[in-house]
Amino acid sequence: MAEKDMQVRDKQELQTQAESTRSVPVYVPAVDIYETEENLVVLADMPGVAPENVDIDLTDDLLTIRGTVTPEGQAERMLLSEYGVGDYYRQFTIGRIIDQSKIEAVMKDGVLKLTLPKVDAAKPRKITVKTK
Amino acid sequence: MALFRWSDRPDVFRPFEELEREMTRLQNEMSRLFGGVVGSRPFLGGVGVFPPLNVSEDADNIFVRAELPGVSPNEIDIMVEGNTLALRGERKLPEAEKEVSYHRRERDAGRFSRSLTLPTRIEADKVEASFKNGVLTIRLPKAAEARPKQIAVKVAA
Repeated sequence: MAEKDMQVRDKQELQTQAESTRSVPVYVPAVDIYETEENLVVLADMPGVAPENVDIDLTDDLLTIRGTVTPEGQAERMLLSEYGVGDYYRQFTIGRIIDQSKIEAVMKDGVLKLTLPKVDAAKPRKITVKTK
Repeated sequence: MALFRWSDRPDVFRPFEELEREMTRLQNEMSRLFGGVVGSRPFLGGVGVFPPLNVSEDADNIFVRAELPGVSPNEIDIMVEGNTLALRGERKLPEAEKEVSYHRRERDAGRFSRSLTLPTRIEADKVEASFKNGVLTIRLPKAAEARPKQIAVKVAA
């Protein structure tokens, strides 16, 4: 795994009906989503987004992740541009098994880690068979 | 023989005009279709070397930026030799907890390296790099002789 070379993936620009109020492009962050016994974990790559500029919203079963960037070096003259800088936006529908009051979000080095704890009813219960 | 401009050449000299026009139209159509793909990385030319870089300058510096989310700053090697900048590193994904089931896996990991020829001479010993919110910024001060110089016009007495 560690011996693999990284490949370029073009940033995917968001196609949306709603118009943005900011004049920056909006990209779809790459995510990993996995589930443990207790949590649903979302990892999203959002380089350039400061921790205070992440907005997470869970309404009913719709999880919305939004990140706004503060572009750097606006006054500089561009010589070479291989990637676009812009905001991030992505939505997921998740089953209503999340304890909304316990959602945790950590932003580190441009990666958002969202920990969504499952409600007790959704946790797998191990039933031991009693012997008489 | 009378001289005429190439664009004004009489019809007898351009029997394929119709075809030519059709070819141009097709070409335009093609570049419009693929413009979105090519246009987003105009300088890379589909080489696909990670990470993509943005290079800019102001009067005194060249700035090289790269988006490297989740890469530890300790895992990035930057080297400057002459007017070549080399960048190397690795993105490691932390081992996920055991017994997890993945719903989606889009994030990539692995090694990367890139080198870039800088457009001007730089002062190699004054290069600075910073890493903030997953964005690497390398500031390369231009060598004195590469900086714009203001020359005052002397007024002859």
